[in-house]
Amino acid sequence: MVTGDVKLIGSWASVFVMRARIALNLKSISYEFLQETFGSKSELLLKSNPVHKKMPVLIHADKPVCESNIIVQYIDEAWSSYGTSILPSLPYDRAIARFWAAYIDDKWFIALRSILTAQGEEEKKEAIAEVEERTEHLEKAFIECSNGKPFFNGDHIGFLDIALGSFLGWWRVVELDANHKLLDETKTPSLFKWAERFCNDPAVKPLMPDTANLAEFARKLFPKPQP
Amino acid sequence: MAKKEEDVKLLGFWASPFSGRVKMALKLKGVSYEYLEQDIVDKSALLLELNPVFKKVPVLVHEGKILAESHLILEYIDQTWKNNPILPQDPYEKAMARFWAKFVDEQVGPVCFKSVAKPDKGIEVAIEEGQELITFLEKELTGKDFFGGKTIGFLDLVAGSMIPFCIARGWEGMGINMIPEEKFPELNRWIKNLSDIEIVRECIPHREKQIEHMMKVAERIKLA
Repeated sequence: MVTGDVKLIGSWASVFVMRARIALNLKSISYEFLQETFGSKSELLLKSNPVHKKMPVLIHADKPVCESNIIVQYIDEAWSSYGTSILPSLPYDRAIARFWAAYIDDKWFIALRSILTAQGEEEKKEAIAEVEERTEHLEKAFIECSNGKPFFNGDHIGFLDIALGSFLGWWRVVELDANHKLLDETKTPSLFKWAERFCNDPAVKPLMPDTANLAEFARKLFPKPQP
Repeated sequence: MAKKEEDVKLLGFWASPFSGRVKMALKLKGVSYEYLEQDIVDKSALLLELNPVFKKVPVLVHEGKILAESHLILEYIDQTWKNNPILPQDPYEKAMARFWAKFVDEQVGPVCFKSVAKPDKGIEVAIEEGQELITFLEKELTGKDFFGGKTIGFLDLVAGSMIPFCIARGWEGMGINMIPEEKFPELNRWIKNLSDIEIVRECIPHREKQIEHMMKVAERIKLA
């Protein structure tokens, strides 16, 4: 195991940064959190992630690791004897977890974000329908992966729980913006209950942003056109 | 223990770099498999049944387990058959291999093909932007035979199937040299090293046929 200090470049509002922080919490790793200022990028960020210039960046013993899901897997592997396993142990279960994580980032998240960027009511309705359809896929995925247990990963939160659960703050903000339930107890009951369990997990609770603060931040990030 | 060929099936498409890299991985591990060539335009009922979410190749079926998405298929193959490791052991090296593989498929692939086929900002800018991206990979290769070190690994399979034996051939069809030797000596050396490996040669598409295929894809991009 590599020892050395741990830094994380990020922002309180970022879903992707939260993934890394949850993983570090699960392994009880102390780290220095370097909060980026909204609207500008620090020298350290640009130097550590010259390819994408984006957060999160984990810096462990002076070596940077980028891309949230890659960081989470790195944390699991570099500190494999600490805390609970983040990735499942069997190769097939890992593949399934990675598959749905890819679906969340490539398909589901894009649909969620398009509600915020929708121009006009028609576009918004279409975006909402798309999110609902894709969330139903995730409901099925949860039932298959959890196998009756409380989380996608079984008894403890893991890679796929983190991949989706880190969106819960923004999920609520988009619900408010759309004025429409996007995590519906009747349509996706398993996910609905999972969401509450996830948010109450000690590794997650201190990190989940306050909905009002996040909604205000969302207005800065996705300004509505003036009438 | 010998595995029956029927235990492993691969649904693929001859010109797809994503399918090609899975073939390479299976050959590297000495795994016998049944290959099922797919029509990616008129998709088979089997493909749609096995990959209803993305409806794409490759799909690997192993002992009834269904896997889609090439990167995770490669990792599954690596964890299931332990000979000739594909991913590095060291967590940091592994993270780097995954990072660059994602970069190749999400940045290099799309930018280097779509923007050159339909150069909205002009062909010179498209070439410059594409070559700027592969400069990152040039730096990663410095002093190494392969991205994986002395032998081919995860990133070699991903970048190899995508760049020299797919995208660069598309550029060639359009009369442009994507990876000129004077600008990219390391990448050229790597391509030569890759071409010397029988497994790679056996799994890459036929050159002229692929150039023809890429030109058809370019036409579709232009019309879109």
